[in-house]
Amino acid sequence: MEALAQFFAIYGSLVNFIGINAILALSLYLTLAAGQLSLGSAAFAGIGGYTAGILTMKLGVPFLLSLVAGSVLSGVVGLLIGLPVLRLRGVFLAIATLAFGEVVRITVLNLDITGGAQGLVGIPNHTKTWGIYLALAVVGYGIAKMRYSRLGWCFESIREDETAAKTMGIDTTYYKTLAFVLGAMLAGFAGALYAHLNYLITPREFGFSVAVDLLIFNIVGGTRSWYGPVLGAVLLTALPEILRGTGITAGPIRMAVNGLILLLVILFLPNGLISIFRRTGNNPKESAAAISEEA
Amino acid sequence: MDLLAQQLVNGLFIGSVYGLFAVGYTLVFGVLDILNLAHAAVFTLGGLIALWLVEAWGLSLWIAFPAAVLICGLLGLVLDQVAFAPLRQRADSNFSGMISSIAMAIIFESAALGLFGARTVRFPAGTVSVTVWRWEGLSITSLQVEIVAISILLMFALTQFLNRARVGKAIRAVAENDRTARLLGIHVDGIIAFTFFISSALGGAAGILFGLYFDSLSPDMGRSIELKGLAVIILGGMGSIPGAILGGLAFGLSEVLTVAITGTSNLRDAVAFTVLFTVLVLRPSGLLGRKKLREA
Repeated sequence: MEALAQFFAIYGSLVNFIGINAILALSLYLTLAAGQLSLGSAAFAGIGGYTAGILTMKLGVPFLLSLVAGSVLSGVVGLLIGLPVLRLRGVFLAIATLAFGEVVRITVLNLDITGGAQGLVGIPNHTKTWGIYLALAVVGYGIAKMRYSRLGWCFESIREDETAAKTMGIDTTYYKTLAFVLGAMLAGFAGALYAHLNYLITPREFGFSVAVDLLIFNIVGGTRSWYGPVLGAVLLTALPEILRGTGITAGPIRMAVNGLILLLVILFLPNGLISIFRRTGNNPKESAAAISEEA
Repeated sequence: MDLLAQQLVNGLFIGSVYGLFAVGYTLVFGVLDILNLAHAAVFTLGGLIALWLVEAWGLSLWIAFPAAVLICGLLGLVLDQVAFAPLRQRADSNFSGMISSIAMAIIFESAALGLFGARTVRFPAGTVSVTVWRWEGLSITSLQVEIVAISILLMFALTQFLNRARVGKAIRAVAENDRTARLLGIHVDGIIAFTFFISSALGGAAGILFGLYFDSLSPDMGRSIELKGLAVIILGGMGSIPGAILGGLAFGLSEVLTVAITGTSNLRDAVAFTVLFTVLVLRPSGLLGRKKLREA
């Protein structure tokens, strides 16, 4: 017990960040599950984080209510952005969401209420470790359940072949937008948690490189089931500490290790690290069979 | 008025560098349909390698420039062989190619950090002799003129090469349809590798010119131009070379005009990305792009 307390004293904030990153990774996973590549998740987290932070700090709104408000506002923006943008496919969608993310970041940078480049300072510390992991467990459970529901199969069919899904009578626009809005809400929620963890948030924490990091979590872990992104987030968030433990402290090397892991995974494990555990995971046909057996 | 005219001239100078960067970016997209997000890292390395050749080897910039461009071209070959060639037969090569290019971007950037340090550096004074011309209140430096001349020359050479040379025509054939090109006896993998060579060489050249123009080089200087380059090629139409050139100039002008009108530089990038977003929603094929059947 004492060892645990000591571990927590040293690595407590790392444990918190891992949990937040895992929820953020899952928010992108929701969008990817319907085959839509978005680079806007970080911006949605920013919208949620700033909304919740401003509400609790300046208006004295209760913490839980601010979490809800952050998620809802993020979802509403997601709906407004998603409707026009989701007509685009593949890289074009990625670029459009990326442009949206930059517009959000620059807006936050120039507003007074958000504190500009210095960020929002003095957000009350409400987020607890158990809260983060409770949220992660609920979200993970929900997404795992969703996978084999009607909703999950609709997402899956759009991801596999949008035209075919449409032919089968699936309202693709509705489900794509739904996936996008759900992802935005979850990102907003994670952002709101993050804001109350850290005392301050700055626009930089929700920029392009964070959006790319979230994508990397998903790819490295694997996007075939909900625990892939969680695995990716855990591994890559903890990696700098692990490397420090092995004596590698130089920044460039840590960065290069990140890049190498991503490269090796995309070249040799296209379905992510989880396909190591699931031996059938590399062949899409076999993994589909494996999934239907599990179901 | 003079100030505005001066700003417009400056916009043209920086716009030509954006254009040069975007031309290489869009060339790879036109041929492979893959977004090469490592292009900005090659851009950074181009500038830093040229600086290293000048400083450590004492070379004149007129030798260091082509040498660094050549090295960047070779980096392009590495990029193709490591990150793109192994994925080519995969069904989702557009997606996985983009991811592996992100991986290469991280690796290249860490190499830039490790080899050249995190500092902001600059070409030693006197690397290029600068004369300032003044005319009717406008001031133009010889360096600016050289940058524009080199950019336009390279872009013109590329256009001529693609339109007239045998290899250039082969590149366009592969872009049109790689399977048919293969049937016609074109060595498709060689052509793609060569495309990466040209694209990265041009990206590196843009990096050197950018470093000279702003008189500063740093390992993360590719970050901002990466997003701007995307905006430029979307505006011009993905895969369209003239579109990228025009897009680059339009972008350079829009930046300086935003600063001139609002009086601050805060909103400079916001205008650009709003334009990008609007173009994508209203006319995804860009100004000069043509709609591809594959995406329809």
